[in-house]
Amino acid sequence: MPSKELETQDMLLNMGPQHPSTHGVLRLVLRTDGELVSDVTPVVGYLHRCAEKIGENLRYEQYVPYTDRMDYLSSMSDNLALCLAVERLMKIEIPPRAQYIRVIMAELNRIASHLLAFGTFGLDVGAFTPFLYAWREREMILNMFEYVCGARLTYNYMKVGGVWKDVDKKFAEMVNNFLSIFDDKLKEYNDLLSYNQIFITRTKGLGVIPRDMALAWGLSGPIARASGIEWDLRRAEPYSSYDKFEFRIPVGRPGIGVVGDCWNRYFVRIEEMVESGRILRQALDGLPSGKFSADVKRGYKVPAGEAYTVIENPRGELGFYIISDGSDTPLRVKIRAPSFVNLSVLPEISRGVLIADLIAILGSIDIVLGEIDR
Amino acid sequence: MNIWDLAKIVFVIALVLQGVPVLVWLERKISASIQGRIGPNRTAVLGLKAAGFFQPVADAVKLLFKEDVTPGAADRFLYQLAPLFVFVPPLLVFTVIPFGNRIGEEHLQVANLPIGVLFVMSVLSLGVYGVAFGGWASNNKYSLLGGLRASAQLISYELTLGLSIITIILMAGTVDMREIVARQTRSAFLSWNLFGGGNLLLLPSGLVAGLVFYVAALAENNRLPFDLPECEAELVAGYHTEYSSMKFAMYFMAEYAAMITMSALFVTLFLGGWHFPGLVDPADTSWIGGLLSHGVFVAKMGAVIALYIWIRWTLPRFRYDQLMRLGWKVLLPIALVNLLVIAVIGVAWGER
Amino acid sequence: MYFDYANILVYLLVAAGFILGSLIVGRVVRRQRPDPEKLATYECGEETIGTAWIQFNVRFYIIALIFLIFDVEIAVLFPWTTVFRQAGLLAFIEMGVFLAILGVGFAYVWAKGDLEWLKSLGEVRTEPSREGR
Repeated sequence: MPSKELETQDMLLNMGPQHPSTHGVLRLVLRTDGELVSDVTPVVGYLHRCAEKIGENLRYEQYVPYTDRMDYLSSMSDNLALCLAVERLMKIEIPPRAQYIRVIMAELNRIASHLLAFGTFGLDVGAFTPFLYAWREREMILNMFEYVCGARLTYNYMKVGGVWKDVDKKFAEMVNNFLSIFDDKLKEYNDLLSYNQIFITRTKGLGVIPRDMALAWGLSGPIARASGIEWDLRRAEPYSSYDKFEFRIPVGRPGIGVVGDCWNRYFVRIEEMVESGRILRQALDGLPSGKFSADVKRGYKVPAGEAYTVIENPRGELGFYIISDGSDTPLRVKIRAPSFVNLSVLPEISRGVLIADLIAILGSIDIVLGEIDR
Repeated sequence: MNIWDLAKIVFVIALVLQGVPVLVWLERKISASIQGRIGPNRTAVLGLKAAGFFQPVADAVKLLFKEDVTPGAADRFLYQLAPLFVFVPPLLVFTVIPFGNRIGEEHLQVANLPIGVLFVMSVLSLGVYGVAFGGWASNNKYSLLGGLRASAQLISYELTLGLSIITIILMAGTVDMREIVARQTRSAFLSWNLFGGGNLLLLPSGLVAGLVFYVAALAENNRLPFDLPECEAELVAGYHTEYSSMKFAMYFMAEYAAMITMSALFVTLFLGGWHFPGLVDPADTSWIGGLLSHGVFVAKMGAVIALYIWIRWTLPRFRYDQLMRLGWKVLLPIALVNLLVIAVIGVAWGER
Repeated sequence: MYFDYANILVYLLVAAGFILGSLIVGRVVRRQRPDPEKLATYECGEETIGTAWIQFNVRFYIIALIFLIFDVEIAVLFPWTTVFRQAGLLAFIEMGVFLAILGVGFAYVWAKGDLEWLKSLGEVRTEPSREGR
C-alpha cells in the first residue's frame, strides 16, 4: 500500500467563529488527517459579556432582562430559573394562575427552541427547506409572545412573584390555534426529514454517547435522554406545578438509530415537542383563575442566604445559584449553563469522524453561544 | 463558415448566457414557493417589477462593481485562470447539441461533429480543472477541501455518466448527435431513448440508463444532494470561497450554465431532443416548424431543470464517503450490467 | 465537415472573449484598494494556521487509478458501440471478455476494500493536541 510510504501532513483548520454552521461564534480548532478529524478543540468566549458579574451589581428585578440574553432561544426558561431562585430565598408563595402561565410560556418557548434546533440541524446536513418550515411555526409562537409581552426574543416576562401581565382569551385562542395545526406540521417534518433515507444514513450511529459517558460528563436535557437516561427535572424535581401535568419523557431507543446517536438526539426533540403540546393543552384547560402575581413591592430586599434552583431548559439543566447578603443586590450569581456542559463532550465523540459528521454532531448537541459564554 | 453559422454561434451563446439569469430567477422563485416564501420581488426596470425577474441582473451589476480581491497568499496565475476554465466547458458542449430541427437547409446546431458524443465527454471532463485549480490556487483550506472533493467526485461520476451514454450509443448505433435525435423521432414517445429507443425489450434498460445518467448529472453539476464540494455548512463556500466580484460571478454562472448544458444533454440523449409527437413534424422545415422544435427543446430542458430544483430543495446532502460509495458501488455496477443487458439483447435480436 | 470544427473554434473564441471582456470591463469600472487585511486568507475570521499547501491526505490515489482504467475502458468501448451492429457476435464476445477482465479487477478492488473512503478510520491518532489552546 502506498499510504505507508507517502507521508502526509495533518491540517490544522479553524472552524469558526465566523462559520455558517458553528451556531454562533463558537470556534473549533480541528486537526484533520485528510478529511478525517483527529482532534477537536472548542474555543469559547467570543460572546462573553460578564453576565454573572453584571448580576452582582444590579438589583434582582434589573437582572431579569440580562437572563433573556443568555439563552436567547429560550429566554422564558432563563427568566423562570432566576425568579425561582429568588423566590426560594424570599419564600414567596406563587399564585397557581401565575404558575400555570409560567408553564405555558416555558413550554411554548421549548417548542420554539426545539423548532429552531430541528431546522438548523436540517441545515447542517444540507436540507434547507425544513428550516424555513420550522421558522414558519416558530413565528406563530413569537407572535403569541409579542401579543402577551410585547417582545419577540428577549421577553423579560417573568418577575419575582409571578409574571408581568395576565394572559387573556385571545392568547388562549392563539395557542389553541397553534396546537390544532402543530401535530400535522410535525408529521410533515417527519416525512420531510426524520424518516428521509439520506438523513438517516447521515445521522445513524454517528457521535454515539453511551449512557455511562453521558452520566460521567454531566450531560442533561435531550442529549442525556437520547442516551437512554430517563431524567427530566420537570418530573424529577417538579417546579411551577409541573407535577400536575401528565406527560411522557421521550428517551432514545434503538430502531432507526442507535441509542445516543445523532438521530436519536434529533428525534427526542421532535417527541418532546409533542409532549410540550400535551402539557400546553392541559395547562390551558386547567388554567386557574386568580392573581397572576404575588404581591412583591418594587425595590425588595432578599433575605440573606443562598439558593440553587435548577429547571429543565430546552437544552438541559439550567441552574441559578444565588448568594444574598440581605440587600437588594445579589452577592454572587453563578449559572450552570446546559449548553456549556453539553458542548464539553464534543471532542470526545468527534475523534475519527469526517468534517461533515462533526457539523452534524455539533448540530445535534444544539448549543446556544449566548449561554455558553454568558 | 457563413452568416448562418455565425448567427447560430451568437444565438447559442446568448441562449446559455441568457438562460443563466432566467434559471437563477426560476430557482429562487420555485424554492420560494416550496418553502412558503415569496422570493425576490423588489427589483424593477422602469417600474416593471415582473415578480423579481430582474433580480439576477441586479446581482450581476452589483458583482461587476464589487472589488476584486486576489488573496495575497494565492497563486496568482492559476487563481486568475480558473474562472475561465470553469466557464468554457459547459458553454462549449452546447456547440454539438441540436437545439432544434432545421430551418430550410440549416440545421439548428452549431457544429455536427462525427464524434459528437466523444466531444461532449472530453469537454465535460475539462470542467474538473477549473474547480481543482480554483480550489488549490486560493491557498485556503476550505477551498482546498472543496477542490479536492470536487475532483474526486467529478471523476467518479464521470464514469457512470460515460457508461450510461454508451448504452445510448448502443441503442442508437451512432455517436453523431444529430443522428441520435433523428433516430428518436421515428415514432411516438416510445422511440425516445429513455423508453428504449423504439424497442420494447429495451424499455427497462432505457429507464435505468436515464435514471443513472440523471443522478450522475446531479453529481457532475454539484447539485444537492451531491453538492459536497461547495456545501456551505462545512466548507463555507467550497472551492470559490476566496473568489469575489466577477470571478465569483463566473463560478456562479458556470454552475448554472453547466446545469443548462447537462439538461440539454439529457434531453438530447434521452428525451428525443426537439421531438414531440403531434407537435413537431420532423419533415417541416419552415421557420414556424423550426422555431416550434426549438421551443419544444427549451420546454423539455425547463422540465428537466425544474426537477433538479425540486430535488435540491427537498433532500439533505450525502456525506463524502457515502457519495463515493453510491458512485462506485451502486451506480457504476448498475451502469455496467445495464450495458451488458443492452448488448445481449442487441446481439440476440439483431437489428431492431 | 471541417467547417464544423471551424465553427467550434469561432464559438470558443466568442465565448472566451465574452468572459475576458466581462472581467476586463469589471476591472475598468470598479475601484481597487487592496490592503493587507483585505488580502488575508479567509479562515473564519481567525489568523490562518499555516498554509493550505501541505501534503494533504486525499485518500483517492487508488480511486484515481481505477478511474483511469475505467476511463480507458470507456474510450475503448466507444468505437465498439458504433460498429456493434455490423460486427455482431464476434465483437460482442470480444467485448464480453474485455469487460469480464475489467469486472474481475473491479471485484478485486472492491473486495480489498479500496473503494471504501474510510478504511483507515482506526489509524486516527486520538491523543489530544495542544494547538489552538
